[in-house]
Amino acid sequence: MSNPMKPSGLDAEALYANLLQQVRTGLTGAHDACIVGIHSGGAWLAERLAQDLGMTDRCGVLDVSFYRDDYAKKGLPAEVKPTHITFDVAGATVLLVDDVLYTGRTTRAAINELFDYGRPARIMLAALVDRGGRQLPVAADFVAATVQVDQCEALRLQRSDAGQFTLTIEENHA
Amino acid sequence: MLNPQLNKNGELQHLLSIEGLPKAIVNHILDTASSFVGVSDREVKKVPLMRGKSVFNLFFENSTRTRTTFEIASKRLSADVINLNMQASSTSKGESLLDTIDNLSAMHADMFVVRHAQSGAPYMIAKHLIDTRQNHVHVVNAGDGRHAHPTQGLLDMYTIRHYKKDFTNLTVAIVGDILHSRVARSDIHALTTLGVPEVRAIGPHTLLPGGLDQMGVRTFTNMNEGLKGVDVIIMLRLQNERMNGALLPSVQEYFKSYGLTPERLALAKPDAIVMHPGPMNRGVEIDSAVADGPQAVILPQVTFGIAVRMAVMSILAGNQG
Repeated sequence: MSNPMKPSGLDAEALYANLLQQVRTGLTGAHDACIVGIHSGGAWLAERLAQDLGMTDRCGVLDVSFYRDDYAKKGLPAEVKPTHITFDVAGATVLLVDDVLYTGRTTRAAINELFDYGRPARIMLAALVDRGGRQLPVAADFVAATVQVDQCEALRLQRSDAGQFTLTIEENHA
Repeated sequence: MLNPQLNKNGELQHLLSIEGLPKAIVNHILDTASSFVGVSDREVKKVPLMRGKSVFNLFFENSTRTRTTFEIASKRLSADVINLNMQASSTSKGESLLDTIDNLSAMHADMFVVRHAQSGAPYMIAKHLIDTRQNHVHVVNAGDGRHAHPTQGLLDMYTIRHYKKDFTNLTVAIVGDILHSRVARSDIHALTTLGVPEVRAIGPHTLLPGGLDQMGVRTFTNMNEGLKGVDVIIMLRLQNERMNGALLPSVQEYFKSYGLTPERLALAKPDAIVMHPGPMNRGVEIDSAVADGPQAVILPQVTFGIAVRMAVMSILAGNQG
């Protein structure tokens, strides 16, 4: 990863504009395209991408809680949101959207869940930021920024009531 | 007093009764269940949560619906399910219940789903597992004697929440054989825990147990009075197999006084829902016109029951010790 940025200077709105640009180009000519966001940050991004790309009828949400690989260790999380995919993913080009790409485990869980809805023709991955630290062979097709974050810190996307994005860094107690 | 249902972190370790269950845990189960509902509509009706876990269905008493929905719930969670016909097993050859449990634990059971005619049997199993430090094994009470049927109570709450959204402005009537009903007891505890302001019990004197007043329940022996203005009607089955002695003159008399007919249903709120845990006795406690009518939500209850049992099992299996 070349020139990772310090997260303090991240402007989430500017990153979103960058990601939108990449996705717009990347999805041009894609067969039967749809957007699926991973709860919660990825779902907000997917919702806004779908609006900006005129694809609101082809936008879904995934909660990967039932597919996580740390269930045996941690149990079910306190809050599980329903997965909501109202279109057929079989044969579709699915743009999977997450806010922060880290170990790759969430992406794996999301891909596993997607396949239980049907067999997509292609899955692409978009992430607002890539913080490195991969534990699985996963790479994003579209990334707005590569950043360096301390292992004990969690990078989170927040959405204001007005729909504005910000990125915050929190001490990770998990 | 130690609540054997909760582990040292206050998490659900066994589901034995709704009594004593914190409201937050009840809501967590209902919320989680709503995420499982959609799983049954997908191309692959399974999630991998309990892959590699073994669930033993121990039904010492007959059941079709409950055993089947537990089996489906286990399979949709990717667990391996072993159904034991306990009436034809070693227990009938004289083996004690706890010896049976130890033998099944030695086969690496992860969860026991227990139905037993004796109230307290699942408690005894859970306590034995705690005493013998088998903290990775969980017990779900699938109905014990007249005591409790917590997953039925939870699926009833899920159904009410689905149709009525909010519990805090409801009047709920439970009608029929309250005395012999573990469903009624679990429903009353759940409704109270979730803040339902008025719970009514309707039935003949002989089928209304003592102590309902202390549980905050209003009792009615006149069904027409009891149904006035209610939002939810939970009908109970007349439990002939538990009936000792002459508690009722006849089934026909019972239907005349306590059968839910369209005329009686009209006394409830116009948008009242009608529930029944099954199996239904048409013409005994419920008229076919009501059972098949637009206000009945009896079949959705069955469907929701699978999601609720998936929620209970996956929450339990994820909590260790």
